[in-house]
Amino acid sequence: MKKKKLNLRVLLTYGILAAVCVLVFVLIETGVASRQFKSLVVPLCVNMMLALSLNLIVGFLGELTLGHAGFMSVGAYAGCLLSVYLEGTMPMALRLPLVMLFGGLVAALFGLVIGIPVLRLKGDYLAIVTLAFGEIIRSIILNLDFTGGAAGINNVPRDIYRGSNYLIAFVLVFITLIVITNLVYSKQGRAITAIRDNRIAAESIGINITYYKLLAFVIAAFFAGVAGVLYGHNIGQLDANKFDYNRSIEILVIVVLGGMGSIPGSLIAAGLITVIPEVLRTFSDYRLLVYAIVLIAVMIINASPRMQALRARFSVRRLWKLIRGRRRKKEA
Amino acid sequence: MEKTQEQTPMLKVENLGISFGGLQAVDSFNIEVQKGQLYGLIGPNGAGKTTVFNLLTGVYKPTTGRILLDGEDLTGRSTTYIGRHGIARTFQNIRLFKNMSVLDNVKVGFEHQYPYTVAEGLLRLPRYYRQEKKMVEHGMELLEVFGLQDEASYLAANLPYGQQRKLEICRALATRPKLLLLDEPAAGMNPNETAELMDTILFVREHFQMTILLIEHDMHLVSGICEQLTVLNFGTVLAQGETARVLKNPDVITAYLGE
Repeated sequence: MKKKKLNLRVLLTYGILAAVCVLVFVLIETGVASRQFKSLVVPLCVNMMLALSLNLIVGFLGELTLGHAGFMSVGAYAGCLLSVYLEGTMPMALRLPLVMLFGGLVAALFGLVIGIPVLRLKGDYLAIVTLAFGEIIRSIILNLDFTGGAAGINNVPRDIYRGSNYLIAFVLVFITLIVITNLVYSKQGRAITAIRDNRIAAESIGINITYYKLLAFVIAAFFAGVAGVLYGHNIGQLDANKFDYNRSIEILVIVVLGGMGSIPGSLIAAGLITVIPEVLRTFSDYRLLVYAIVLIAVMIINASPRMQALRARFSVRRLWKLIRGRRRKKEA
Repeated sequence: MEKTQEQTPMLKVENLGISFGGLQAVDSFNIEVQKGQLYGLIGPNGAGKTTVFNLLTGVYKPTTGRILLDGEDLTGRSTTYIGRHGIARTFQNIRLFKNMSVLDNVKVGFEHQYPYTVAEGLLRLPRYYRQEKKMVEHGMELLEVFGLQDEASYLAANLPYGQQRKLEICRALATRPKLLLLDEPAAGMNPNETAELMDTILFVREHFQMTILLIEHDMHLVSGICEQLTVLNFGTVLAQGETARVLKNPDVITAYLGE
């Protein structure tokens, strides 16, 4: 019984996302979508991947990290540099998956190496140290020669340039979604959530805290890295300053807005956060002010008791029950 | 004296001690719990009972002494290792995984009994489905033993207090321990609930052939079900032996009631 409910929720998430992807595909291919809309598709997918992966750490493992953009930049630079090097030697269909995997793996490696000392810390301390990590990565990239220093890399192959080949981004979002969902609903995911809920109890029943924390950290870093590679191939250039702590905070805002530990929430919030600033362009100078007000309003409304009641009333589970109830009545 | 002398005790603790800075919290603590025994650890507040539990489960590392479980030396091992190798516990203030379902709480306890890998889980290979199915069956069996099967899909936080206590015992048993440590299981319970708890504890011992060491303040519970007692006072053993005899010991009465 319980399994059914769970599958329903997961399948619904997959289904809705697939429907949105198809809708976007139709809008773009029929020429209805504006250029601005088209250019937002890939950044939206990047944000979804970043939010899903950060949610694994913040929402499910229950640790606050402020250095997610750091992993993103490591992956972006590793993948994009390899892509520049390999361009022309092999077809794009082979090169892209290769460089994305490479970027993800390098980011995961960084996650592992940094995670081992850092995950001994908890709460605020971990947040501060990861914040520092992100900034250190940025200044290292700014001062290295092969990363182009402050000028960055400007010759990244524009495989997904301005929304062309955006289907690759859809595929990546789906892979991220499926892997994170599968992880959460497995014994490893249960162990990770158990650590969040009560570390001492988890330890006492034989859960290896360090192993599972590292697992969550490494997987999250991997997808942040892949998202970085996607980002680089979309705008065709990399600038280390784009991966500063503001970026990390932005990802965190998405996760918090969508609800910690909520996978569909992360996806919806990623959509909002990507689209709102563009919509607000009409306010020109007051854009950031309005953006902040909208954010605060959404947070307050979303957390208010009335909204919670409304959500419970229109929850998937309830609707499902209603539909089934009606069907039964008809049969009777 | 019906206990067989040649049997190795399930738990043997020799000369256990720990000091925090200058404070000797537990000093030369000795205990021997036979297989299948229900053993009580009592003492006034601050006597060091929970510290003993924390030493046994590796939360604190002892400064002196040895801990032997069924002949295996567990001294200085990590909490995770001890949790996997035969000692499970409950906590004085309930520590459930509150935002997880009742069934999931138990399933976390199976973690190392169903060893499918991360890759198998992520790719949803056949072994994942097979083992997850077994976990659900196994978990429901355990929940049924405690009459919690109807609450399996509830969040643990939404259970009433008495059932939360039961779920904690259930989760501890999920790790297939050799020794079960109960830290004040009757705390916050009314006499009816305590009576029910006593039945549960006796049932657990029968049904799982469990060895149980428990800390308790409720003398009714202690005298009702414990066969042997150790009394701690200021970190040292004050008295040890059969329950009825220990409770009549004038030193014990003095420790509890004063001169």
